[in-house]
Amino acid sequence: MSLALIAALPFIGALVAALASRFGRTAATLAASACTATALAAILAYLPQVLAGTVVTTRFDWLPQLGLNAEFRLDGLGVLFAILILGIGLLIQLYARFYLDSSDPYGRFITFLMLFQGAMLGIVISDNILLLLVFWEMTSLSSFLLIGYWNHLAAGRQGARMALAITGGGGLAMIAGMLLLGQIAGSYTLSDILSQREVIQASPLYLPALLLILTGAFAKSAQFPFHFWLPHAMAAPTPVSAYLHSATMVKAGLFLMARLWPVLSGTEAWFLIVATTGLLTMAFAAKVALFKDDLKAILAYSTVSHLGLITFLFGLGTEAAALAAVFHILCHATFKAALFMVAGIVDHEAHTRDIRLLGGLRRVMPVTFVLATIATLSMAGVPLLNGFLSKEMMLEEAAHTAWLGNSWIVPAMATLAAMLSVGYALRFLVQGFLGTSRNDDSYSPHDPSWGLLASPALLAVLVVAIGLMPMTLAAWLVDSASAAVTGATPKAYIKLWHGLESPALYMSLLAFGGGFILLGSYDRLRALWEATPRPEAKALFDTSLNGLTRAARALTERMHDGDLARSFALAIVTMLVLAAYAFGSGSHVAGSRALTPVPLDVGAAWLVLALASLAATVMHHRRLLSLLLVGIIGLILSAGFAYLAAPDLALTQITVEVVTVVLMLLALNFLPATTPRETTALRKLRDGAVAVAAGLGTTLLAFALLTREAAFAPISAFHLAQSKPGAGGTNAVNTIIVDFRGFDTYGEIIVLGIAAILIFALVEGLLVTKWRIIPPATDPDAGDAHPVMLRVATRFILPIAMMVGTYLFLRGHNQPGGGFVAGLVFAIGLVMQYMASGIEWTSARRRYPYQTVIGAGVLIASATGIGSWIAGRPFLTSNYGYFHIPLVGEVELATAALFDLGVFLCVLGAVMLALDAIARLAKGAN
Amino acid sequence: MELLVAIAIGTLTSSGVYLMLRQRSFPVILGLSLLSYAVNLFIFAAGRLAPDLPPIISKTALGYTDPLPQALVLTAIVISFGMTAVLVIMAIGAYLTSGADDVALTQAPTDEGQA
Repeated sequence: MSLALIAALPFIGALVAALASRFGRTAATLAASACTATALAAILAYLPQVLAGTVVTTRFDWLPQLGLNAEFRLDGLGVLFAILILGIGLLIQLYARFYLDSSDPYGRFITFLMLFQGAMLGIVISDNILLLLVFWEMTSLSSFLLIGYWNHLAAGRQGARMALAITGGGGLAMIAGMLLLGQIAGSYTLSDILSQREVIQASPLYLPALLLILTGAFAKSAQFPFHFWLPHAMAAPTPVSAYLHSATMVKAGLFLMARLWPVLSGTEAWFLIVATTGLLTMAFAAKVALFKDDLKAILAYSTVSHLGLITFLFGLGTEAAALAAVFHILCHATFKAALFMVAGIVDHEAHTRDIRLLGGLRRVMPVTFVLATIATLSMAGVPLLNGFLSKEMMLEEAAHTAWLGNSWIVPAMATLAAMLSVGYALRFLVQGFLGTSRNDDSYSPHDPSWGLLASPALLAVLVVAIGLMPMTLAAWLVDSASAAVTGATPKAYIKLWHGLESPALYMSLLAFGGGFILLGSYDRLRALWEATPRPEAKALFDTSLNGLTRAARALTERMHDGDLARSFALAIVTMLVLAAYAFGSGSHVAGSRALTPVPLDVGAAWLVLALASLAATVMHHRRLLSLLLVGIIGLILSAGFAYLAAPDLALTQITVEVVTVVLMLLALNFLPATTPRETTALRKLRDGAVAVAAGLGTTLLAFALLTREAAFAPISAFHLAQSKPGAGGTNAVNTIIVDFRGFDTYGEIIVLGIAAILIFALVEGLLVTKWRIIPPATDPDAGDAHPVMLRVATRFILPIAMMVGTYLFLRGHNQPGGGFVAGLVFAIGLVMQYMASGIEWTSARRRYPYQTVIGAGVLIASATGIGSWIAGRPFLTSNYGYFHIPLVGEVELATAALFDLGVFLCVLGAVMLALDAIARLAKGAN
Repeated sequence: MELLVAIAIGTLTSSGVYLMLRQRSFPVILGLSLLSYAVNLFIFAAGRLAPDLPPIISKTALGYTDPLPQALVLTAIVISFGMTAVLVIMAIGAYLTSGADDVALTQAPTDEGQA
């Protein structure tokens, strides 16, 4: 199966499961599991190839110019993670089916879970870092949804928000770091980047890229000081915690460190940052875990600690340490997922997760107790279980590591962390399951059904099996994964007994001894812990976030205080200041382009335009008058376009002017006829100054532009040259619109259609809202609303308008005209019917709703575009030919004309829908 | 001619900006219309002025003006109609339902209003 399809499977699963959820929880689970299982099987089918050392790749070009392609790769590391993500995913799906209450919206849960699974799988099999970043962000978003799944709980919402803020913020740093990395390597393809270790480490951008990438990875993997989101994410339902914090989300940061290990590791900076952070996090979080009372909180801090352990191992930069890290990823996923599920079972049965209230569960929940014992002891690192093996390897590596010349501090810290982790693991078991019950409520906890037990049981079996037979069960996978990390061909030799000369043995013994002592003196230690002041990360986070929110709100409210004029003024003044700065900081020479002479009539028209513009401003209180003046300006503009060799613009401007003025006239029926004089002289002066400054600026800019030749050769030389041979039309403006830049036009008619539908929706809303103002009814003395002369005249004009429109449409490809103008001319003809005969008469004769006309236009334009695909050419590629039609003669037919038909319908529908909307409002008013 | 076109653009901009800074919806919409004219004219002017040289291909033409700005402005004119129409309906709606045609909020926005 193609890797791209495998990557898509969980997303398909999300969709299928959402649909299946209406048939119940089991159906939804089965649908999701089927997709997950298929993906897992497909990954396993590649296993022989990958174990033989092949890197499987698939590639689809998406935006090759930007280096953004759908490139996937599957190597040992990817296989290990994919198996964890999909395998544990299956177990979680089973567990969640029985865990969630029937009142929880299950469809939503399983959909989110599958989205998350898809995002995680995408990260581990991406071969393009841009693609990887997309999946990376998707994990942040989908985990936000999962953590906040119980959105009725404040803790759930806060935890989700915090996780999103931290991991999403880290994601931003990650994007910057990855872009830098791609810049250095000259490629965004992972395979290319991984082969350029020397180039990358020699670059001056190496350190910034490293810091940014590590920030993202640490935030995701909850490393100090970003660790605090993880415990708060425990507000999620337990299946989510088990999935996100054992095998997936938090491992994404580790995965990234492993993935980029070949090019980033091995430097002093890498060692100091990564190993130190890991070591600190490991010890610090283990200490906190010892003093938590919520089972899930203990596990959360334990997870942070183990993530620190793995980070530390990657930070060491040696091949043996990387191998140990990979092995521990596998071990930790198994025992921690099992432990979370056990904690969930306890919560489910005893109705509390507070360890101070638990105890004695051994007797009432024997099966759960066995599972908990196995997983906990593995977490503590007890021999014969898998946690022991990887912890020994870690201690062995730590024992040989010097830190800034100091050879005892790293082994000491590692031993301390191991000791603390024995301590909290034993406490989890002893206080939770041994002794007598401290919970005096009436719940009688007992072992749950097989559905909840099956998943942790399977994991517990794995914990034991890997512990006993590491070489048979895990070594090959670990070998292959660590080979993918280090590039070497390591031969893992995982064994229980390393001999008496191994320092790890003594460190381990020390840890166990210390762990027992910690548990023995727990009460005294606890008192000491309670007495020590410590900074509360959540409070710090909340304070800084609130501060940011307040600052953002203050800024927004200062800039947008609800006064539109003020916002406009701010924007315009800002532009003026920037323009003045740009003008002042450059050099100036007068333009040299020859000026065009001014005929007398053109000069006179110009004068009318200028005067009308001024008059419309000065007399704007009289709304009808100023509207008519604006109409005059539009007419002169269209004459100007005609004079300045833009016949298409002239036609468009004059027709748009007509419909605009009609629209505004209709609007004035509803709005007050005058604008009150209410502004102060000072304000008028201020606004006038801003307006004059803006006008002067644009005048200067336009004049400078007009008196110079273009700095670069205009690309329209191509359009002019190709208009006839390439697009089959002699009207270059029209061929640009329907052919060369047809995709632009396609977008524009859709925007126009959306605007019209918006108007329709606004009017629908208005018609059912209570009005405070009822527009005055028509004055009966004003005369006949629908005079006969007008009615008769418009009936005659309609066919003429249609004929003119059709003519303009047909000749548009070669002469001025086209779909836009034709649509407007048709619209004018129809609007006259409204004006002369009223909405009732006209609506009764309308056969198709205007929405349908718009839709048909968009569909025709789309179909024309898609038609090119059938011919094997890109979207909207036009074609034309000459046909001989009897009697008519030689006729040219171009697919572009069909596209223009779509434009025509869209424009006609949109204009009519807008005008019809106002007519309906008027009807609604009566 | 170049100077006249430049001044026309400037005048339309000035009038448009002044009207946009008014307090009532109708003048603001008119101002936006005037500003649209100015912007369209400016984009058109980017193709420089060439009277008598329309971009219609023919064997007898002495030359052609730049067709690209014309194509851009053509669609812009139609789109600006759509924009004006939306604004007009919003202005009417605001006036009918609130009883005032101010464009400034008379009271500070509340959190509810923002959500």
